[in-house]
Amino acid sequence: MTRSAPRARRIRQAAGVSAATLLALSACSPSGSDTGKGSAASSSPELSGTVTVFAAASLQESFTTLGKEFEKDHPGTKISFNFGGSDALAAGITGGAPADVFAAASTGTMATVTGGKAAAGPPATFARNQLEIATLPGNPDRITSLKDLTKPGLKVVLCDRTVPCGAAARKALNAGGLKLTPVSYEQDVKSALTKVELKEADAAVVYRTDVRAAGDKVEGVDFPESAKAVNDYPIVLLKDAPNPETAKAFMALVRSDEGQKVLSGAGFLEP
Amino acid sequence: MTDTGTVETRPRRDRPGLRSRTVPVPLLVPALIGLAFLLLPLIALLVRAPWRSLPEQLTSPGVWEALRLSLVCATSATGLSLVVGVPLAWLLARTRFPGRGFVRALVTLPLVLPPVVGGVALLLAFGRNGVAGQWLDAWFGITLPFTTTGVVLAETFVAMPFLVISVEGTLKAADPRYEEAATTLGASRFTAFRRVTLPLIAPGIAAGAVLAWARALGEFGATITFAGNFPGRTQTMPLAVYLALQNDPAAAIALSLVLLAVSIAVLAALRDRWLTPP
Repeated sequence: MTRSAPRARRIRQAAGVSAATLLALSACSPSGSDTGKGSAASSSPELSGTVTVFAAASLQESFTTLGKEFEKDHPGTKISFNFGGSDALAAGITGGAPADVFAAASTGTMATVTGGKAAAGPPATFARNQLEIATLPGNPDRITSLKDLTKPGLKVVLCDRTVPCGAAARKALNAGGLKLTPVSYEQDVKSALTKVELKEADAAVVYRTDVRAAGDKVEGVDFPESAKAVNDYPIVLLKDAPNPETAKAFMALVRSDEGQKVLSGAGFLEP
Repeated sequence: MTDTGTVETRPRRDRPGLRSRTVPVPLLVPALIGLAFLLLPLIALLVRAPWRSLPEQLTSPGVWEALRLSLVCATSATGLSLVVGVPLAWLLARTRFPGRGFVRALVTLPLVLPPVVGGVALLLAFGRNGVAGQWLDAWFGITLPFTTTGVVLAETFVAMPFLVISVEGTLKAADPRYEEAATTLGASRFTAFRRVTLPLIAPGIAAGAVLAWARALGEFGATITFAGNFPGRTQTMPLAVYLALQNDPAAAIALSLVLLAVSIAVLAALRDRWLTPP
């Protein structure tokens, strides 16, 4: 015990020194390099290092594509993603998880991060997502509206109201004055979709992007009430970001025309 | 003899067979670290618990509904595990058949399978569109997902291996000669099992059942995947805790405390009654 103590102290000192060096280095690096909007991302040679992005699960496909694009444009950089439920990610960030960027699926979740002073500035909305009904392939139950989901005998799954997609579904149902009793309130949007993909449920209320990502395993049905429950997707640079310069450049790519093209290809609406 | 060895260390070193009440430091230190590691998260839960709002959190009817469902399902799952798990353990311990080692490995599979994967596997087997489930639906009109029965099945799938392993271990340690004597005296093999083996391995069965019950009570992944989440029907305590955690951590901690208190009470009561070591 006593013999290992000095060594632990030495390691701690070394870690402190290297952390201080990193801080000094990042403080020295020119910070005015990307004051321009969007286009700056393509021409900053001094970008390097790893950027850790915490992003909502629904962003997985589009952000992975954008991350690869970014790494190709800026050799020496690496975008490392942590995809998950927005609330769980927010809890990780306020709990001190080392991340540079946070992209959430709802403004309410973002507020728990920005309100807790973990963000470096105000968040910006970069995409919006609308609900859609996912039915079995070929729509055998002939579902054409949100009201059709209340038909007796139909097995419908919704997201739990504690997660963004469930809150949005509830808003849409209220807007239509509908009362719907599902067979299950799922813990996230992907598990709601899985129940339809496995044909255990007849329909689910999920995001348009999820229907798009599922390909031909489900069929999407638009409904007008979804306009009343559109989710904003905000993105923010975090205050304790280990690599803020490169992180800013990645955020600029997300909000650039190029980024918007990838996002709308995945089914997102423009902000 | 043991009394004299407590203070001095030398006689102990000279005679290794001598029992002593002093605990060797190489065992004591890791043991205490292990204990602290297990207890610290529980203490943290108690320290950070929302004691002031606790009464109001616990008076919501949803809490008791989830707790009742948890207890009913965990107990049913344990019962189901006993009915089929004990004979399975006997088969593995007392008979010889080709591929027995392989079968035993398969039995323990749910232990290593991530429970969510177990839930998906259950859907593929017993779901409305599953390998066996489609016939259940077509012949009997039974669909298991999204039902309380589904919760019991998911919990049984995850918890039964604990019982089987525990009972099989006890059976292997039990002397088979008692059973042989019984059969020599004219009892059938089943009578020997019922009248001789069962009483002999009762403590092992009880220990296995408690283990299975505890595992079933805490089951989350397989349950939410196979049976979904609907208050009063399939929402057990762990599901309620997880979903509360999404936006109301205080409520989640309150729910966890209830589950913790109930399980400690039950386990302590059982331990005193049946699981006291001889």
